[in-house]
Amino acid sequence: MRDPSRCVGCRLCEIECSLRHEGVIWPSASRIRIFEHVHGFPVPYTCVQCDDYPCIAACPTAALGAAENGAVLVDEDRCVLCGSCVEACPGKVPRIVEGRKAVIICDLCGGTPVCVEVCESMGFNALKVVRKPGGDVVKSYLVSPFSVSEELAVKLSVVRR
Amino acid sequence: MYGVWGRLLDVDLGSGLTRTLEVPEEIYRKFIGGRGLASWILWKELGRGWESVDPLSPRNPLLILTGPLTGYYPGSKLVISGKSPQSGGVVGSTVSSELGIELKAVGYDGLILRGSSESPVYVYVDDDGVQLRDANILWGMGGLKLVSALNKLLSSDVKVEKGLDTLPHYIYIGPAGENLVRSAVVMSKLTHAAGYGGYGALMGSKKVKAVVVKGMKPMPPVRDWEGLASLFREVVRELRDRMEVFRHWGTTEALWTTGYATSSEPIRNWTEEWHNVRDFSHAVLERRCWVRNLWSDWGCPISCMKVSRVVRGDETYVSDGPDYEMGAYLGSDLGIFEVDSVVMLSALADELGLCGIQTGNVLGFAAELFEKGYISREEVGCSLEWGAVECFKKLMLDIAYRRGLGDILAEGTYRAALKLSEVKGVNLLKYAVQVKGIGVGAHGIRSGLDYPQKIAYAASVQGGDHTSTAGLPLKSTESEAYAALLDSAILCIFNTVGSDKLVKYLNLVTGWDLTEDDLYAAGIRILTLQRVLLLLGGPDVFWDPRIHDENPERFYEPLPTGPQAGKAPSKHEVREGLGRYYSELGWDELGIPKEETLDVLGLSELKDALEKIRRRLELNA
Repeated sequence: MRDPSRCVGCRLCEIECSLRHEGVIWPSASRIRIFEHVHGFPVPYTCVQCDDYPCIAACPTAALGAAENGAVLVDEDRCVLCGSCVEACPGKVPRIVEGRKAVIICDLCGGTPVCVEVCESMGFNALKVVRKPGGDVVKSYLVSPFSVSEELAVKLSVVRR
Repeated sequence: MYGVWGRLLDVDLGSGLTRTLEVPEEIYRKFIGGRGLASWILWKELGRGWESVDPLSPRNPLLILTGPLTGYYPGSKLVISGKSPQSGGVVGSTVSSELGIELKAVGYDGLILRGSSESPVYVYVDDDGVQLRDANILWGMGGLKLVSALNKLLSSDVKVEKGLDTLPHYIYIGPAGENLVRSAVVMSKLTHAAGYGGYGALMGSKKVKAVVVKGMKPMPPVRDWEGLASLFREVVRELRDRMEVFRHWGTTEALWTTGYATSSEPIRNWTEEWHNVRDFSHAVLERRCWVRNLWSDWGCPISCMKVSRVVRGDETYVSDGPDYEMGAYLGSDLGIFEVDSVVMLSALADELGLCGIQTGNVLGFAAELFEKGYISREEVGCSLEWGAVECFKKLMLDIAYRRGLGDILAEGTYRAALKLSEVKGVNLLKYAVQVKGIGVGAHGIRSGLDYPQKIAYAASVQGGDHTSTAGLPLKSTESEAYAALLDSAILCIFNTVGSDKLVKYLNLVTGWDLTEDDLYAAGIRILTLQRVLLLLGGPDVFWDPRIHDENPERFYEPLPTGPQAGKAPSKHEVREGLGRYYSELGWDELGIPKEETLDVLGLSELKDALEKIRRRLELNA
C-alpha cells in the first residue's frame, strides 16, 4: 500500500531498492520511483501485482512469472527487452533501463520489501505491506503519478486548476 | 577514479558547441569538489585578469557543480558559482536540488556554461547530449507559472515505451535574474534557492532561463560499496534520531528562539535583535499555513522542509516554512510580525527569483532611510513604514523589475548605499548591514549567544554569508574551513556528523587515504584561494582589509532591548580576533596569505596575484 499524502520525497526507498537489487546507488534502476511533478507533492509509484497479470500474459518469451507471494519475477536470461510487458501494463510500470540486461519490475524483495522497511523505520509510513485485497482493487493505484501529485496540490489549494 | 567521473560538461552558449573538460583526480584531492572546485576553475579561467572581469559579462562562466559525496550521502545540495556579482570574489552558493544526482547519472560531475546566448534558451542535457532549446515563451515567467509550463514541455521527453519515468530535474531563474538584479537567485523546486552570490543575475546575463538534466546511469563507481552502504545507513539513522525536533519544525523554529532566547534576530534593520512576540513563531505558522509538514530532498531522512500556503483573493502564495532566514528577513527585519504576510512576501521573493535574505536586507535598509527622512514617500511611491506589508511588496516588485528607487536597490545593499550616499550627499553606509557586498545572514553577533563568532562575517571569504562564517578553532566545526569542506563535498549543513565521519565517508567513496588533517588542509587551501580572489575583486568594487574586514557599524551599537541589552563587541576585540585568526591560517596581519603558506598549500601559482593585491593596497612587500 502506498499513501502519497505521507510521502516526503526523501527517495530513501529508491536508494535502498537499487542497493539491494543492483548493489549500487542507481535511482533510475529502482523498482519504486518517486514522482514529484508538483514540488512538495511526491508520489511513490511501483508495481501493484494485478490479479490478471497482463504483463505476464503479454511476454512473448515467458520471461515473466508470478511468485507465490504475488510478485512478478523476471527471468533475466529469457528477457529480450522487447517492451511487450510495458505496453501491456495498465500503469506502464515495468522499465527498460540502459545498462540492465532485463526489464525491471518490483519483486517485493521476497516478501519484506526494503523500500517499506526504510520508509517505516524513518517514521514516514508512506509505504506499508498489506495482504492483497480482492477484486483487482490494486489497479486503482495505476493512475498517472503526475496527476496524483497535481490532485494533492489542488486539494490543498497550492495549485489551482 | 572513484566517486566522481572526472569530467565536466563544458557548453558554449554562443555557438552551442560542447566539449568535455577532464578534471584530474589530483585536483579533487586538493579542492574536493563543489565550492573548492569552482574556485580552482575560476582561478584557471579568469585568474590573470580577474579584476577586470565584469561578473555579468560573457567572460564569467556559470558553474553548476556536484561534489564527491553527491549521490552517496543523505541529502542533495548543488553548488552554483562564478565570479560573484555581489562580492567580486567567489561564492559557493548551495541549493537543495536533485540536479546533482541527475548530472552524475548522465556521466558528469558538473556543467560549465560559458559565453551567452543571443535569445532566451533553456539548457537540456540527457544521455544523448546537450540541447539549447528556445525559451522565449518561458522568459518573464516566475515560479509557479514557469514550473507548470516547464513540466508541460518536459512531459513530451518521457519515453513511455520504456516504462513510466520521472521528469528531469531542473533549476531556473525568475524575472529578477532576467533583469540582472544583483540579489537574484538560482531557484529549485519552487521554494529553494542558491541565494548568496547573485548567480541568478549571472544566469540571466547568459539568457539561460533553466537548466534541465535527466540521466539514467548509476552513480559513479565507489571504492567500497558494501562499506559505503553500511555507513550510509548508520548516518541516516543517526540523523533521524538526533534531529527529531528539527524534523518537526525545521529552521522555522528559530523565528522564535533566535529572537527570544539568543537575541540575535534582525529586527527593523537590526536596530534590535530581541523579541517576545509569541504570534511570530514556527508554531503559529504550523497551525495557520503549513499544508505539508514534512518535505525532503534526495536521500534526506530529516525532512526539515515544509510547504506553506496563504490564499488572498485570487492570489495563492506558496512558500517553504518559510525557513528562518526568509521569515526573519521578510518579517521582523521589516517590522512585520504577522505570519501570513511573511508567507506572502517569501512566496513573492521565490516567485520573482529574489534572494529573501538580500532583499529583506536592502528593504530594511530602505525603510530605515525612510524613517530617518533620507528617502521620501514620492521616491518610494508609498509610505515605507515598519510593518507596511503592501509597500514592501510593491518595492520588492520594483526591485525585480528595476523600476524607480527599485533600480538602485536592485544593486544590493552595499552598492545602493554608495549610490544613495552620493545622491544625497550624506554617508548612508552606516545603515547598510552588509560585509563585502553581501548582506549579513539573520544571525547576529552582539549577544554572543548565537553561533557566529565576533569575526564571523568580518573575516569570511563569502562576506555576510551566515553559512560560511569564520571562527576558531581552525580545525573544528566552528571554522570556515569546515564550511568550505561541506560546500565542496557537498553536504547540507544540517546533515553533518562531524569531520571524523566526513573523512571516513570520503575515503570509502573515493578510495583516498585522507586524514582529518589532510581534510582541514584542503579546507584552508580553498579559503586561501577564495581570499586571494576576493582581494583581487573588481571591476566596480575593491576591498581593503583595513576598511572592509569589519563588521557593519550597527553591530557595535549596544543592543537596546531584551535580556542582553547593552551588549556589543568592541572594535578592539574584533581587530585582535582577526589578527589571531589570520595568523592561524598562515595569512599576514592584514589577512593576505603569506607566500610560504601558498607554497605549503600547493598554491604557489598565486604569488603574482599577491603582488597585484599588495600594489593596489600600496603595501611594500
